[in-house]
Amino acid sequence: MKQQKTSFRDIFTKYGIVVVLIVMILLMSIVKPSFRTLNNVMNILTQSSVYGILALGMTLVIVSKGIDLSVGSILALSAVVAASLGQSETASARYFASLPELPIIVPILAALLIGCLCGFINGGLIAYTGIPAFIATLGMTTIARGFAYIYTNGKPVSTLIPEFKFIGQGRVLGIPMPVLIYLVMIFITWILMNNTRFGKRVYAVGGNIHAAEVSGVNVKKMLVLIYTYMGLLAGIAGIVSTARMVSAQPGLAAGYELTAIASTTIGGTSHSGGIGTIWGAVVGALVLSVMRNGMTILGIHSYWQQIVEGLVIIVAVILDMRKNARKA
Amino acid sequence: MDRDEFLLRMINIEKNFPGVQALKGVNFAVRTGEIHALVGENGAGKSTLMKCLIGIYTPNSGEIHFAGQEIDHYSTAKALEMGISMIHQELSPVLYRPIMENLWLGREPLNKFGLVDHQKMYEMSQEILKEIELDEDPQTLMANLTVAKMQMVEIAKAISYDAKLIIMDEPSSALTEHEEQQLFRIIRKLKAKGTSVIYISHRLSEIFEIADIVTVFRDGKNVGTERIDQLTMEQIIEMMIGRPMDEMYPKIPAEIGETILQVKNLSHKKYFRNISFEVRRGEIFGIAGLVGAGRTEVIETIFGVRPKLTGEIIVHGKPVEINSPRDAIANRMSFLTEDRRATGIFSVLGVETNIALPNYDQFLTRLKFIDHSAVTDACADFVDKIQIKTPSLNQAVQNLSGGNQQKVLLARWLMTVPDILLLDEPTRGIDVGAKAEIYRLITMLAGQGKCIIMVSSELPEILGMSDRILVMHEGKMTGILENTPDLTQNKIMRYATGTDDDYKEIG
Repeated sequence: MKQQKTSFRDIFTKYGIVVVLIVMILLMSIVKPSFRTLNNVMNILTQSSVYGILALGMTLVIVSKGIDLSVGSILALSAVVAASLGQSETASARYFASLPELPIIVPILAALLIGCLCGFINGGLIAYTGIPAFIATLGMTTIARGFAYIYTNGKPVSTLIPEFKFIGQGRVLGIPMPVLIYLVMIFITWILMNNTRFGKRVYAVGGNIHAAEVSGVNVKKMLVLIYTYMGLLAGIAGIVSTARMVSAQPGLAAGYELTAIASTTIGGTSHSGGIGTIWGAVVGALVLSVMRNGMTILGIHSYWQQIVEGLVIIVAVILDMRKNARKA
Repeated sequence: MDRDEFLLRMINIEKNFPGVQALKGVNFAVRTGEIHALVGENGAGKSTLMKCLIGIYTPNSGEIHFAGQEIDHYSTAKALEMGISMIHQELSPVLYRPIMENLWLGREPLNKFGLVDHQKMYEMSQEILKEIELDEDPQTLMANLTVAKMQMVEIAKAISYDAKLIIMDEPSSALTEHEEQQLFRIIRKLKAKGTSVIYISHRLSEIFEIADIVTVFRDGKNVGTERIDQLTMEQIIEMMIGRPMDEMYPKIPAEIGETILQVKNLSHKKYFRNISFEVRRGEIFGIAGLVGAGRTEVIETIFGVRPKLTGEIIVHGKPVEINSPRDAIANRMSFLTEDRRATGIFSVLGVETNIALPNYDQFLTRLKFIDHSAVTDACADFVDKIQIKTPSLNQAVQNLSGGNQQKVLLARWLMTVPDILLLDEPTRGIDVGAKAEIYRLITMLAGQGKCIIMVSSELPEILGMSDRILVMHEGKMTGILENTPDLTQNKIMRYATGTDDDYKEIG
């Protein structure tokens, strides 16, 4: 296949955010040697895994010109259900007192199922009633959160079987399990977006829904699938989240949808649809977690961290729009 | 007639939308290897019929036979599979994806693992691009192509389905003459291979060049199918508008009065230089030239949309400083822009609001509130006077036809009581019938003593309407021509291409 010529300028406009990430890492490494310890690196990766996984799905959603505000709530609902099915027999407050200890696969499947179901409902509403994604998922946000509270009666679910602890805190070949799960999901989603018909159609639906339709793409089905995949990832993030704390509570992950949207956006995914990459979502998530970690090490107060984060999101989008304006 | 010679027969097709019967029992048939032109005014039902054929709409009743089989209740995907493909009027590129993904969208070649085979897709794309003589790398993003090249990609896509029947809805609207010839070559090649083409176009001259058969639509009905060599252009237009064609250009010489607008050595830093002319009361002053000659930019600069570099604008003998459209309006100028959807109408707002929006200052009560009944009266008056066809003053403008939208805009500007009317492509994208009405309006306004400057790409329109014609070539004026009966399109073209140039020495 013929390669297109690329100039340095092209490389910078295309990979600008990577340059920013590298500069941040270099600066932090020089200023605070504690930043560059292996332990801290794993820490950063682990911290970004939960919203990083959400950002992968959010990329599909935003590329298709949608938005999903409900992922934090879906995460929480899947998490509490998974936790309730994964309590050890020694737990003092057992959710299902009469059940024996279940194998880990049961709570995992339950979380994935709940995630998919919520996403399926989101997608179905958007595709078949025509209401905007913003509204459909805004509704789902409070509904899923409400169910999470009802299900747990507002209480945390804890004392889980040891397998959870392994998923949350164990390591394989020195790599923390949450990071490993994140890497696997990156790989799968990357293949999905770049090498399958499904992925090409996601871009087409967001880039020009009319074009997709007249090319024989079943746009409604695509929307349902996209939001279902987002739900699935929320379910996976729910398990990782539960496993890291070895408990789950219904108020979990509030605001994570915004972090996921921010990661995706910083990574160059356009809210006008049709543009965005999986590696962008990964880099975006890393930028956020390096920033948070770095500022914490530097002793910057978390209140100020929020302000810096907000500015970074805005600046990233301004730069991105410039890039696209030049192209057009 | 022998049934088998027809690839497509649509019999007694009816299609209703809430409140409208779009197709009233249409019969339509296409033979194998035939280029069948479909003409009619906007809203006559051509596009609706084609959408029924391609599976976007399902007809309420009627039969469709294709390649010897009756087909019913099918999707677009199924239609494509059966060999019916369509080049849609609205371009439909997925902009930020490569050409090749646009070409094979929905049917990307797969490798043995079920993943998209990019290498194969690339090669297949190269082949098809070569066939339509489009010299672009299949990996180029659609966004980096010109509109004309995007159009060629759409054509390539339609061909790539190996269709038996290709519907082309205004395929040439974005093409240059050279590209149009390229398109015709491709169409003839398709015909030679036995592919049938349904060709929808507003440019009748094109139809005479390429089509074998023409079917005319009016009012949701097929009003006639004829061999193209049996008809004249006038006959086709009469079938389209359903009445004998009056004078298309109802130009009545108006009383020419004193000079109202003078432009002296007007230059723009990029688009044009040293433009000088004057326009008098009652005069229609045409500006002609090829695309990119700077015509639109001249009147945009006069109206204050673009900053001038040097030069003078004199209204009623007094030099005026125009730095914004506000200044221009204050000097009683009005500007009907070229792209009415992008820069003219507020599509979801009603007719009244659209007319009154820049004019509310005229209708304030003593306490500076808007006097709504006065607004309504004034708008109703205009709707009446220039015959805007709308069910009510509150109808959203997007639901009106192009011609009526244009009239709404004219009404808006007439309400400012202008002396100088700047019209940029006043009849672009509107029907033949509505065009004639717009021409009548323009003539009437000139007769009332307005001074009118009209930019147009359509030479018959320029010749039919103007008193004098400014011709531009690459940002310079090459001539101001009196519109005498011996002035021809050819002569204007000589000036527009810079072959003739009365102002060479000024440069």
